[in-house]
Parts: sequence; structure tokens; C-alpha cells
Amino acid sequence: MSQNTLYDKVWDRHKVTTLPNGQDQLFVGLHLIHEVTSPQAFGMLKERGLEVARPDLTHATVDHIVPTGNQDRPYAEDAAENMMVELEENVRDAGIQFSDPTTGDQGIVHVIGPEQGITQPGKTIVCGDSHTSTHGAFGALAFGIGTSQIRDVLATQTIAMEKAKVRKIQVDGELGRGVEAKDIILEIIRRLGTEGGVGYVYEYAGEAIENLGMEGRMSICNMSIEGGARAGYVNPDETTYEWLEATDYFQERPEKFDELKPYWESIRSDDDAEYDDVVHIDASELDPVVTWGTTPGQGIGIHDPIPAPEDLADGKQDTARRAQEHMRVEPGETMEGYDIDVAFLGSCTNARLPDLRRAARIVEGREVADDVRAMVVPGSQRVQQAAKEEGLKDTFEEAGFDWRNAGCSMCLGMNEDQLEGDEACASSSNRNFVGRQGSKDGRTVLMNPRMVAAAAIAGEVSDVRELEEVQTA
Amino acid sequence: MTDATEDIPSVDYVEGSGVPIRGNDIDTDQIIPARFMKVVTFDGLGEFAFFDLRFDDDDNQKDHPFNEERFQDANVLVVNDNFGCGSSREHAPQALMRWGIDAIIGEGFAEIFAGNCLALGIPTVTADHETIDALQQWVDDTPDGDIEVDVAAETVSYGGNEIGVSVDSAQRQALVEGIWDTTALMKSNENAIAETADSLPYVDQTRDEIRSDD
Ligand code: SF4
Repeated sequence: MSQNTLYDKVWDRHKVTTLPNGQDQLFVGLHLIHEVTSPQAFGMLKERGLEVARPDLTHATVDHIVPTGNQDRPYAEDAAENMMVELEENVRDAGIQFSDPTTGDQGIVHVIGPEQGITQPGKTIVCGDSHTSTHGAFGALAFGIGTSQIRDVLATQTIAMEKAKVRKIQVDGELGRGVEAKDIILEIIRRLGTEGGVGYVYEYAGEAIENLGMEGRMSICNMSIEGGARAGYVNPDETTYEWLEATDYFQERPEKFDELKPYWESIRSDDDAEYDDVVHIDASELDPVVTWGTTPGQGIGIHDPIPAPEDLADGKQDTARRAQEHMRVEPGETMEGYDIDVAFLGSCTNARLPDLRRAARIVEGREVADDVRAMVVPGSQRVQQAAKEEGLKDTFEEAGFDWRNAGCSMCLGMNEDQLEGDEACASSSNRNFVGRQGSKDGRTVLMNPRMVAAAAIAGEVSDVRELEEVQTA
Repeated sequence: MTDATEDIPSVDYVEGSGVPIRGNDIDTDQIIPARFMKVVTFDGLGEFAFFDLRFDDDDNQKDHPFNEERFQDANVLVVNDNFGCGSSREHAPQALMRWGIDAIIGEGFAEIFAGNCLALGIPTVTADHETIDALQQWVDDTPDGDIEVDVAAETVSYGGNEIGVSVDSAQRQALVEGIWDTTALMKSNENAIAETADSLPYVDQTRDEIRSDD
């Protein structure tokens, strides 16, 4: 049993009671909602004649279905318009703040929470979306939940959960040139497996993690879920506090910052905290990682050979065979030179300002390959605005990228941005499942945002380090 | 306020015929492709379960157990490892439930998926690879054969065999005692909830404060 970790401390602070089934009832400090997973929960609430318990601790946005091209209302697609109207009604009736596209604050739920300063260390945060783990980058305990649990949270501001084990993932060493946070997490998932984290929460620690900015930490925590973990977090430190101090929330309430900081410090894992497991990764050994298959665990260094299924663990062989057939790759080959039809720079993993900045430096003065459809989908309206002011929009457009409005877009293909037929996509997102990007024959190769930029330029998966001007992350 | 706990049935036992879905790492995008989630209720999701595995581009049926006549009445799904990985969408177990599934036996389940199943009263019980493999084979050979899932006893019986399975202890208790619908249960702890909220340094906003921020 872990002891004195951030997970233990935040859990204890939020525990209301132990339920008869042995689960703990936890108070929820922030409930984020969006259009896809909340309407059914509001419906269940109404059926039972219940009200939203703490609208003040609930915040809504629209991201999954929102069109990223023309956003005039009504939306071109009826189903999307209906979902938007439903959300608007629900939040209005309950008095929930809504970062809708007219506010300039709209965006992917895991981008806007941190941006607005409502994601804070030592909070429990839930959302009907598995990548809620992203918020753990701030030292919050953040969990993705299903719709019935959303109903629980709306009705009671609490959630029933079992305590997990804690695995510390100690990432030492310095990242090499062109290697990023995304590569660390892809490597972790490759090594521990997509189900390796089941039953665990991941604490990311060590020099390589501490040296990352908040965006990099978010990219890592984001994909905890791809590694099977229930959540992931980084202990808050000066980097975290600097970010928080600059947000609207604390700019408007500077006294709160001083008031809360001792609490944030108090919930950090103790130096002699006990973990259920510890794993070491040497960041300096990493190359940029790309996936060759159809699960996020099927990753390799850019110059490494694709494994033969028979060399993998028994349970992984069939999945690998099916994946290689789908992706049309052969064992022994590398992914370098794999033809790309689409380049997608977006998602809650990698569509924040520094991601776009780094990718823009790669495309600057270059052109997207002739047969490649390349797009940038900023993670939020604020990212979009800031990127525009810095001239990144122009850089991307001059290179031939399509510059779109904020949303989930081709990360899951619920709006108009979708793969067609068997198109292959270099993607900065987090899932390469079959059908994920909108076409069941589509092929997704996950990689870091600079690698996506390089793939867009070359028309094939390539090592970004072979282009000039590549800095460390 | 209604007390919903009274209506919640105990799910200590599920009986019926099986349907095997083979393969590890079957993710939620395969169970229910995202394009079918543009809906504001879960009604009707059953017909879209495993849609892309069941139909080709022209909506012609492909080989898939959910398309096979002999499995149409099945209510016990038999799967392999890491089933339901991927997203937190409750649409996935909802689609399976609405197709007719009442219990799932497998080598392993993604955690959020298993939690979502529990919230619907669907047991997710596990056994090792050989046991599951044998059961899948039996179901294939005996599509109308009866499978009994005893959640309380942690056993599965079929064709004269009885196998031991594991059920997560909180899940077992919740299902057996009929306390898997947690809303009413948790709502009854209102005072303790308020106390916990008061003890947290960051929870101090009232609705009025929020309003005056606008
Ligand atoms: S960007 Fe992708 S992973 Fe992130 S919330 Fe949207 S759909 Fe989910």
C-alpha cells in the first residue's frame, strides 16, 4: 500500500465516507462537462427529480462535435446542433458556467481547465472523458468517468471509487535534441503495455519531468490512460505555481494564490513516501517515438525495426498481426519513409501554444508535400488567438497548412474533419485505434508535434532531427 | 425526493446463452464508433454495437458473431484480454446492453469500462486465458447452451463444467447487495459531504460569487 504520496493525501482530504460496497465516496472539487457525455446524465437527473448539487464547481465547454470550420449557428450538421442546444439548455437551467465559442474561452476541455486556472493542485477533478488524466500535470487527482458517474457527480458532487495502487515512474536524464514529452509517454506505454497500468495511478517524477513545462507534463499525464492507468500526476512545483499565478483565476484573486499555496505544498508526495511499484526510464536514451500499429503501446524509436509478432508476448501476437495487416507494415522495416496522406496537428495531447510554436519552427520557410492534406487545430480559442498574434497562423498557412478553429476535430472524427478511405495520418493525438479518426480503414501514426510537421513537409514519416533548427523541447 | 435504492435489483446471478468475441485490446472505438455518439440519449445504440466490424462500407454484413443468427438470443459475452480499453464512453456498455448483453466473462477489462458496466448492473468477471479459450470454443459449438454466471459464488457453469472466476470485491458486493446504483446511496450522506467540502481550502465559492463574476 502506498503511503504519503500526493495520491494518498488528496484522496484522504476528499474522502467523505466508505460506502457499504467498500468503495470510498470522494468529494469532487471540479466537474468538467462537455456535449457528448453529459446530456444522458442530465436526462437521468431529471427522471429522478434531482438538481445539480454544486453548479459553482461545475464548468462546461463544447469540443467533440463542434465544427472546426464554419461555426455559424445553426451548425451545418443537425446532430451537432442538437447536442449543442441540449448542452446550452442544461447549463442554463442549472446555472453552470459555459465556455461556449462566443466567449473566446472555448476549447478542448483538457486545454481550457488549466488555461483558466480552475485546474489546481490538490483538487479532485472529474469529467466524462478519459483524458481527464491531463489535469494531473498540476498535482490534481483527475479521473475520466462514465455517464452514470456523471449523474452521481451532478446529483451529489461526489463519486464512488476504489483506491488504486501508486506506481512512481522515475524519468531521469536529459531529453535529446528533437525528443519531447510525447516520446517519454509513448516509451512508457511501449514498455509497460497498454494494460500495464490497470489498478494503478502513475506518479511521474525525476529530472526529465521536472525540467518540462506544464504543457509537456500535460502531454504525459494525458496519455496515462493509454497506459491503462486510472490517472497520472506530477507533484506541483515552482513551474506549476508560475503557470497558476498567471491565470485569470489568480490574477483576479491574488490573495487566493497566497492562501492556497501552503495547501499545494502540503499535498506533495513526501520524500520518504512509499510506492507500490517504481519504474525507471532514462530520457537521454530516447529517440522520437512513432507507432507502427493500432494501439498506443505499439511504438518504436524512429530508427528501430517494427517487431515480428512472434517475438512479442503471447497475448500481444494476434493484436500485432492484425495491426500490421491494417497498417500495411512489415516486421524488420522502420517507420521512416511510411507514406503520409494527412498531417493532423491537434488534440488535448499536443495542441497547446508551445506545441504549435515548435512545429511552426519546423515548417517555417518550407512547404507541405504536394499530396498531403495538413491541418492545425488549436486546442482552444485562446491558443488560437495567441498563435495568431505571434504569427504562427501565417507561418502554417504559408507552408500550406489548413488553419482551423478549436476543438477535438480529427482526434476522433466526430465533426467534419475525418480521414477518408485508407488515408494514412501523421497525428499528434493520443489514439491510433482502427476507425478512431473517422474512417475504419484509416491508418494513424502517433508522434510528437514536430514529427508531424516534418511528416507533413516530407510526405512521409521522417526524423525531424534531420531538418535543421531543431531545438530541445 | 425519491429513494432510488429501493428499485435497484440485486444482480447475483445471470443465466443465458453465450456469444464469443475473440481478440485482445478490443477498444471502445470498435465497440461503438464515435460517429454513433452524436445522440442525446442511449436509446437505440444496440444496433450500432461493433458496427464497423459487422458491416462494410456498403452496409453489407461481414463475418461477426453479432451478425450470426445462432447468437441473436445470447446475453453472456465471452471476450479476451483488455476488453473495453480506450475511452470512458458509457456508450460502449450501453450499446452492448441494448444489444442484449447482461454479463461479460473475459480475461481482463479496462478499468473505466468495468466501472461503467457496474453502473449498469452488468457483471464483468475474469478467468485465465485457457479457461476463456475453452469457454469460447464451447459457445461456438453450443450456441444455445446455457451459461450460468454466479456472481456471489464467483463461478461460471456450462455444459456440466464449473469454473472459478474472479469478480472484483467491490463490484461483487455492489451487484449482490443491489447497491450498484450509487446516486441515492451517496446522496444520503449529505451532511458528511458538506463537512468534507468545508474542510477543503479551495472550496469556498458560493453560487452568488460566481454570478457576480459574470
Ligand atoms: S482531443 Fe481527442 S482525446 Fe482529447 S478530449 Fe478531444 S477527442 Fe478526447
